[in-house]
Order: sequence, then structure tokens, then C-alpha cells
Amino acid sequence: MLADSFSYFYQFADVFAFLVLSAAGLAIIFGMMGIINLAHGEFIMCGVYVTSAAYHAGLPLPLAQACGAIAAGLIGMLLEVTIIRPLYSRPLDSLLVTWGISLVATQGTLIALGSTFPGIDMPGHSFSVGDYSFSSYRMVLFAASLCVLGFVYVLFMRTRFGVHARATMQNPGMAQALGVRKGLIYAVSFGIGTGLAGLCGALYAPTMNLIPTMGTSFLVEAFVTVVVGGANVLLGTAPAAIALGIIRTGLNAWYGQVVGEIGLLIAVILIIRVLPDGFSGWLTRRSS
Amino acid sequence: MSAASNLLNGPQTLGQGRAFWSGAAAVLALALVYPAFVDSYDVGSSAYFLCWVFMALGLCLMWGYGGMMSFGQTFFFGVGGYGYGVIEIYLGVAHGGALASLVAALLVSGLAAALIGYFMIYGRIGGMFFGIVTFAITLALAFFLNQTAGPEWHIGAARLNGFNGMQGMDPLALPWFGGDIDLEGTPFYYFVLALLIVVYLLLRMLVNSRFGNVLVAIREDSLRAELLGYDTRRYLLVTFVIGSMLGGLSGALYCSWGQFISPSSIGLPAAAMPVVWVAFSGRSDVTATLVGTLLLIAGFQALTIYSEQWALVLMGILLAGTVLLAPDGLIVSLANALARRRARGRAVLEPSLAER
Repeated sequence: MLADSFSYFYQFADVFAFLVLSAAGLAIIFGMMGIINLAHGEFIMCGVYVTSAAYHAGLPLPLAQACGAIAAGLIGMLLEVTIIRPLYSRPLDSLLVTWGISLVATQGTLIALGSTFPGIDMPGHSFSVGDYSFSSYRMVLFAASLCVLGFVYVLFMRTRFGVHARATMQNPGMAQALGVRKGLIYAVSFGIGTGLAGLCGALYAPTMNLIPTMGTSFLVEAFVTVVVGGANVLLGTAPAAIALGIIRTGLNAWYGQVVGEIGLLIAVILIIRVLPDGFSGWLTRRSS
Repeated sequence: MSAASNLLNGPQTLGQGRAFWSGAAAVLALALVYPAFVDSYDVGSSAYFLCWVFMALGLCLMWGYGGMMSFGQTFFFGVGGYGYGVIEIYLGVAHGGALASLVAALLVSGLAAALIGYFMIYGRIGGMFFGIVTFAITLALAFFLNQTAGPEWHIGAARLNGFNGMQGMDPLALPWFGGDIDLEGTPFYYFVLALLIVVYLLLRMLVNSRFGNVLVAIREDSLRAELLGYDTRRYLLVTFVIGSMLGGLSGALYCSWGQFISPSSIGLPAAAMPVVWVAFSGRSDVTATLVGTLLLIAGFQALTIYSEQWALVLMGILLAGTVLLAPDGLIVSLANALARRRARGRAVLEPSLAER
């Protein structure tokens, strides 16, 4: 009985972690700047590749993963300053430009590094509850997803940067008039978003085959979580990940992976038919 | 003549007047005699280029005229292509079976578009999220088809075959007195060319009609159009179904051309191609989309011979570069610049005429 319920929890935690980690960076950039970064998958891929390169250069895995996240964050900031900044007034165009960048990044990686890259062995051991055995690294991923949510909460609700960032989000002109450096806030927020994408890649690096197109395998989950969640990471992404995680886990358990994936998509289409602004839009509207 | 020109010309299309239409007639004449001068292999590959143009025209209608940024053209391409394959394998080629399969594949993609479009448009998903949701559906279809390699995945006698792609369907054939005409090589080229002309002219008529004017009004200000009494959702849904069916038509024709379709025509990077073509050409005009798409496809094919990766990198740079530097699209910007120059030339000329 205990083993069965733990097994369900384990599967839910696995899906939840995947949804939160893959969507957090996308949601921050969407929430702050109102643009969707279609090169999100490529920042995840960047995190994976840098992690693997650093690991094979001799760094311990956690340090290599930090390198992956930081590299993606720095590249993101550079991109924001050079290309994204003129596009804030044209959010639809930013979608196209980031898609163009994503094409260049995927195919450029294929040209530069070839179609395969040395992977990393899955760390940690397995543990067993009752008759089932579980991978402890999956539990690490679940803990990491909770840490990411905690980090976002502390960063945006408890720090000076967070106050400035939320002020800029609400009213950029007024915030600027009060001395907030809007450009810096945007660059740093974009960097945090892409850095979280890189972290997602870094954390999942030991679980996947390294190919330049691997970013795509995160995209569907990231998109649907942000679409269902809406513009707020804490009020949107987390509840969306819980709801979608429960749906996905249930469908996976009863009908298998394929139905799980299709069912997830159908659930998303039904949810947005009822809640067009996503969970966070609905929650904010109720509270105000 | 003037009745036809009233139907075809109007404020929603560039390229009017005698100079444009005689130029278009000259291009058409070239396209008609072209198979006489090259071997049938080249004619076949030209027909292959033409197959893709329908989905670009569909995207132009939805995105440029209706303001719906659909990233799901390859989804409907896949539905049309796999639909044609499955139905054709079931019906067989004889007695107009292949042609009926084409029509049925179109209906299936239209039905899929109506279902997806209903939830999105009546749920008032607009702007960026329209793109994101259609994109997610497209990627999910590609993932799904990729893992259908096992023998248990079949519809009727048609094996889906996963990432290896489906094959075994026959090319299109026109039922005719005294035996079917197999549409391969040169006959297929003429068939697709004729379809393209019909679709192009019908689209011009559509966007210049009352329907097209309302559609553009919705794009410009959806709330105002609604307050004026138009049911904007119905207009958008009809537009989405037409545009997506053109994606399905591309897929069915492609499948008939190569007797093959695989998930790689649906997922990335294929899903980006129609967006690149239409953004580069100028989404606000059907003629610009037609011309620009043909140019880009031909250029892309020429580059792919050397390196597909480099060709795709170039497509990415073109997409980002066009949006940053010429947001209206290159062909439309060029046409507008040309029109301005001619207008200025006339303005300079007229005072001098008056002096004389």
C-alpha cells in the first residue's frame, strides 16, 4: 500500500519536476518582458553541452552543472542587449526573431560539434520502497524544482532587485522615473530566464542522449505549462505544473506514455478554452 | 473584363493594373512552355517546389490578413499527407480513388482545423499564444508519429512506420475516358500549376471581397470590428480552416509526388519553413508570398546540395534579419518602395506638364 502510493508520488514528482524546470525560465521572461523566447530549447541545449564539456574536462558534476546554467545566463544577457531590446514594442516579432536564432543555434551546433556529443552517466543510486526500486537522481530533480520555485519567490518577493523588477513589470515608465535602471533589470531578468533554462538542461544532462536538437524535447512541456500558467511564475507555473502533473501521471499510469502526452495536450486546449489568461490571470482576477 | 478585374483587384492586394497583369501573363506563359525545354526530372522537381506554395499562401491568409500567427502549417501538412496516404492505400488508385483520396485528405485537414480552431478562437487565444499552442500541437504530432514504428501502428493496410515514414501509396491519377491519366512528371506539373493558379485567383477574390475587408478590419482592431456587429470569431474560424486546408493540400500533393511522407516533414526544422517564407516575402500580400516563397524554396534547394545545415542557418538568419530590418517583408517593402518612386516620378512630371 505504502509502496504503491509512493510509486504514484514518485511518478508525479518526476513529471512535476520536468514541467517546472523546463518552463520556469520561459515563464520569467514572458512574465517580465511579455515576450516568448522560442530559442528556449536552445538555451536548454546550451546548458546540457556546457555541463557535459565541463564534466569531461574534470569538474565534479554539480560544479559542471553550475557552469552550464551560468553560461546560458550570460549568453542570454548578451542576446538581450544586442538583439531582443529593440523588440519589446513588437512582442510578436520577438517570437520570430528568437525562432530564427533557434534555427541558427541548432544547425550551427550540428555544424560545429557534429550530431553526437559525449554524455554523462546518471549519478546516484537506486533505492527501494516495498517491491519497487526508484532512482535517487529523479528525487534530486524534484528537490531542485522546488528549490527553483523557492529561488524565484525569494528573488522577486524578498530582494531589492525583485522590488525593482516587479515595479518595472507593472509600469516601466514610472519605475524609470523613480530611478530604476530599466535596461539593466531587463537584461538581468532575461539572463535569469535563460540561466534557468540552462539549469534545466544541466540537471537533465545525465538522463539524456546529447544531440543538437534535444532542446525540442523540452519545448512542448515548457509551452503548455506557460500557456496554462500564464504570466506569473509563482501563481501560474507552480499550480499549472501540479494540475498538468496530476493529469499526466494519471494518464501515464492507466493508459501509457502516448495517451499521456496526447491527453496532456487535449487537457491544455480544454483549460485555455475556460481560462484564457491561464491560472495566474484567473487567480489575480479572483483576488482583486 | 471589368467585372473580373473588380473581383480580383482591390485595396487588399498589391499588383494591379495592366502592367502587373501582363507581367503575370508572361510569367504564366513561361511556366506553361517550360516543360518543353527541360528534361522530365527537372519538371518533376519544379512541381515539387510548387507543392509547398499552397501552405505558404494559407499562412499568408491567416497571418497576414487575419492576424492569426499559426505555427501549425506543418501539422496540417502532416494531416493532409498522412491522410492522403492512408485513404489512398485503402481506396486504391483505380476509379478515381486517388483523386477521391486527395479530396478526403483535404476534408480531414479541414475538420482537424475546425476542431482546433474552435477551441482556440472561441477561447479567445490570440497573439503569441496562438503561435505557441499551434506550435506545441505540431511538435506533439511529430513526436507521436516518430514512435509509431511498430507493426501495431497501422490504419487499415497502411503502416505508419514511425520515423522511417509511410510509403506504398500511389500517385494521383485523373479518371479519364479510355483510361486514367497518371499524374507523374510533366502531367503532375501541369496539374499542380493549374491548382496553384486557381487557388491564387480565388484567394485574391476572397481577400478583396466583403469577407476580406472584414477580416482585415478584425486584424487591425478586433474589438472595433466586434462592436460594429461582426462576429469576429466566425470570420477567424473560417479563415483558419481555409488556411489550414491549404497546408493539408500541400501535404497531400507532396505525398503524391514522392509517394512518401515522414514525421520530419512535420517537426522542426520543417515547421519553421513556412514562417520563414511568409515573413521574408511579406505576409500582408498573396502575390508577394507567392513570389517570395518560390524564390526561397529554389534558393534553399540549390544550397541544400552543398550543405543542408548551412542552408538552414541561412534561413534562420533570413528570418531574424527580415523581422529586424524589414518587418513588412522584403518583397512587400520592395514593391512599396517601387510604388512610391513611381508616385514621386509622376508628381515631379505633372507640374512640368502644367507649365507647358
